[in-house]
Amino acid sequence: MTTHETWTRVCALDALVPDRGAAALVDGHQVALFRLSDSGEVHAVDHLDPFSRANVMARGLVGSRQGTPTVASPMHKQSFDLVTGRCLDDPDVSLHVWPTRVADGWVEVRNGSA
Amino acid sequence: MTSALPTVHGMTLKKKLAVVGAGMVAHRLVEALVERGADETWDIEVFGDETRPPYDRVALTSFFSDRDPEDLLLGDGSLWKRPGVRLYRNSVVSRIDRDAKQLHARNTTFQYDKLVLATGSYAMVPPVDGSDLPGCFVYRTVDDVAELRQWVLDREAVLGRKVRGAVVGGGLLGLEAAGALTALGADTTVVEFAEWLMPLQVDRAGGGALRRIIEQMGVSVRTSTATSRLKAGRDGKVARMQFADGERIPADVVVFATGVRPRDELARSSGLEVGERGGVLADPGCLTSDESIYAIGEVAHIAGRVWGLVGPGYTMAEVVADRLLGGTAAFEGADLSTKLKLLGVDVASFGDAFAATNGSLEVVYADPTAGVYKKLVMSDDARTLLGGMLVGDASAYTNLRPMVGRALGSDPTGWLLPEGMEPPGAGAALPDDASVCSCNNVTAGQIRCAVTERGCTDMAGVKACTRAGTSCGSCVSLVKKLVDVQLAEAGIEVSTALCEHFPYTRAQLFDIVRVSEISTFSELLAQHGSGHGCDICRPVAASILSTLRHSHVLDGENATLQDTNDHVMANMQKDGTYSVVPRIAGGEVTPEGLIVIGQVASDFGLYTKITGGQRIDMFGARIEQLPAIWKRLVDAGFESGHAYGKSLRTVKSCVGQSWCRYGVQDSTTLAIDLELRYRGLRSPHKIKLGVSGCARECAEARSKDVGIIATDKGWNMYVGGNGGFTPRHAQLFAEDLTTEELVRAIDRFLMYYVRTADRLQRTAPWIESIEGGTDAVRQVVLEDSLGIGADLDAAMAAHVEHYQDEWAATLADDTKLARFASFVNAPDTADPDLAYVEERGQRRPADEAERAVLIAGASIPVRTEEVTV
Repeated sequence: MTTHETWTRVCALDALVPDRGAAALVDGHQVALFRLSDSGEVHAVDHLDPFSRANVMARGLVGSRQGTPTVASPMHKQSFDLVTGRCLDDPDVSLHVWPTRVADGWVEVRNGSA
Repeated sequence: MTSALPTVHGMTLKKKLAVVGAGMVAHRLVEALVERGADETWDIEVFGDETRPPYDRVALTSFFSDRDPEDLLLGDGSLWKRPGVRLYRNSVVSRIDRDAKQLHARNTTFQYDKLVLATGSYAMVPPVDGSDLPGCFVYRTVDDVAELRQWVLDREAVLGRKVRGAVVGGGLLGLEAAGALTALGADTTVVEFAEWLMPLQVDRAGGGALRRIIEQMGVSVRTSTATSRLKAGRDGKVARMQFADGERIPADVVVFATGVRPRDELARSSGLEVGERGGVLADPGCLTSDESIYAIGEVAHIAGRVWGLVGPGYTMAEVVADRLLGGTAAFEGADLSTKLKLLGVDVASFGDAFAATNGSLEVVYADPTAGVYKKLVMSDDARTLLGGMLVGDASAYTNLRPMVGRALGSDPTGWLLPEGMEPPGAGAALPDDASVCSCNNVTAGQIRCAVTERGCTDMAGVKACTRAGTSCGSCVSLVKKLVDVQLAEAGIEVSTALCEHFPYTRAQLFDIVRVSEISTFSELLAQHGSGHGCDICRPVAASILSTLRHSHVLDGENATLQDTNDHVMANMQKDGTYSVVPRIAGGEVTPEGLIVIGQVASDFGLYTKITGGQRIDMFGARIEQLPAIWKRLVDAGFESGHAYGKSLRTVKSCVGQSWCRYGVQDSTTLAIDLELRYRGLRSPHKIKLGVSGCARECAEARSKDVGIIATDKGWNMYVGGNGGFTPRHAQLFAEDLTTEELVRAIDRFLMYYVRTADRLQRTAPWIESIEGGTDAVRQVVLEDSLGIGADLDAAMAAHVEHYQDEWAATLADDTKLARFASFVNAPDTADPDLAYVEERGQRRPADEAERAVLIAGASIPVRTEEVTV
């Protein structure tokens, strides 16, 4: 199987409220998008909370821990590193991280395996 | 478990321990045994002759203010429900047959392997003519106090004037009783045989100071006075008291508080050795002359005397618990220091208070105008503290008592300075073996150890671990000081910071916002914090900004601060859907309203359940359905119920005077008015209120943060109750308020709480965290002791003025509505992973196993179809 990278255009950058998440459907996957006010970056991680198995990560509060941008699960408040997807409260758990880019005012998410 | 004859079924039989007496010391013994797992080898049977489980006799007088004997019970009652532990109430042990190792009670016999006598003492009534007349009482049990109270109230009604009370005995119990009579509205005289009050605790000068303070409160005091007889009136009830010098005073009620004697009659009749002046003789292991029988508490005569305080009794209980498990603990005597609050006056004595040591020196500080007398007894070189007594201001007690036997530094007078001028370094430098909590015999070293070796990082942990400060509470400030110093030394920062982004407490942040122009989180973070915030400080900031700036939860930057519940104004459930609760103020709802709710739930396929707060919860709403659901509800006149917020939840009420044949006030109208007044108020934790229309208390108001109970004259206000993980009964805060007074008191109470409580701190622990507790809060709220009353009133008025229904405002604003999209690129698509099964005619989320079946395509009914409105 060859790796085929595709960038999926998800929404206009303006549709994302800074420091608040939004869920998106990307090629059948539920993805949580976060546009951060301080860095201006857009991060994408699994929308599925690995602890509660509910699709809620986009509704978590963003923040920082020791300078690392984070999102906290709205269900039971575990914090995740938005850059690496690693859970900061349980090293055995992590979220899948999706590469993102902003092109012509649109947010695009890369779906690695096709 | 209770059979008199042991039976064996091929199993190792547990040994039987009988405890005779069910007071505080017996309770501690059983508690100590259970803590050490002794209930696995012992069946424990406790026999008490009172109708109640063990209660806090030391706090007996508080029964007058709280009026609920349940509040005095020791522990949460679970001790008596454990297998292997059995409490027999109302059970007098009539006889012990030591040869057969049997005791007789409840018309049967009980076998024992070991027996513990913990029968305590009884109140002694002197041989005075007429002391058995109706209207004469002792002061020992809850029943005594309850009967005394009833008597005073009844006599007042019959006589149509103030009741005249006399207390025989001016010691500790006598002054307690005088306080109780005074609190009941009686004119009270204390009669003491000795030359001054509390002759066992304080010297003549101290007794004189005490007398001056007490007389200023309107209590009459007669010292050097012997009571010779009591005479009845025409109705046969006590009416007059006559003294040895012939003088007489009127007395409608008489309380004897002339001391206690060990209840050793059972020991005597069983042939156990007793002391010359009473008390069951026991060795330092608390073992009596029978090697199967122990004696503990006030009935025991150990180390040369009977010990009439609860602290030594607790130590004996621990000793016996240890011995029963094969240990060698011993009771070697105890510290008889006491600190009391009698009639609101602090009295403390400790160590060699009467300067009995040869060559000892006395350092005295007396201020008659302030009603203060303090004395330190020093060694002949004026260096070592031997003891002392404090009257009027005993604040130095906690720091001084552990210093007994130790050098006090160059200037002992520094320790006698008025309250608040504590000598530097007091407490923190205590040696490890200094006793800090005398009730539970905890040393400074044990408290330090709790921090360094047992991992305690706060007062709650140290209290649970060591028991220090859990009985009379007088040492709490010293314990806290020790803990703080130890934490700092151990490098554990005693951080009061909210989180890594703000080095302030919630209360400090509140003040920062209050006195500034700050209206957004980013301003607050830039000026007073660091980083990017987190799930702790963002909601706190949201709450503070809401209270002070009154803006909508979704306005601008506010939206980035809200937990998902506040963000979508609904309560997230386990599968990521939400529940919806419209406000039903006071639990009152019209049939038409019920039909609307039912129709909405039915149309959207929502599971419905009645909440504990008298409203209706609708579950299973997906995020993108919330606006449509709320449009229907708002159009029908409903508004947000704030079930999702750290805010006012409900004001629960009974139906009250309008319908109920017992109601004395209109509780429903008051509940609705209060709910509409405080709705939407953001707070450190959720707030619940309750209003009951009579003393039957059907609204369970005393389990609420603010509980209101109707009286004939108005409303009684209670504060600090809650259900949940640590249930609390609300405490009486103010009585017989008019509705106007009540509303103002609640306004101030709630606003003071909102301003100063910690994050997620409910009202009960908040009140406890305030120095002075309920009394201090009462002063702020009712007497405006801090001068912030008008400010609090204005803050609440602003809240009421700016209230708007969050849901109605959201529905009118397309920007806000855009936040409810399920997916930013598919706004109306339902989460495809949601799955439900049907149960009792409604749906619920499928569990893992059901999910697997559902995915495999089995025919369990599932609702996943889109509902269109």
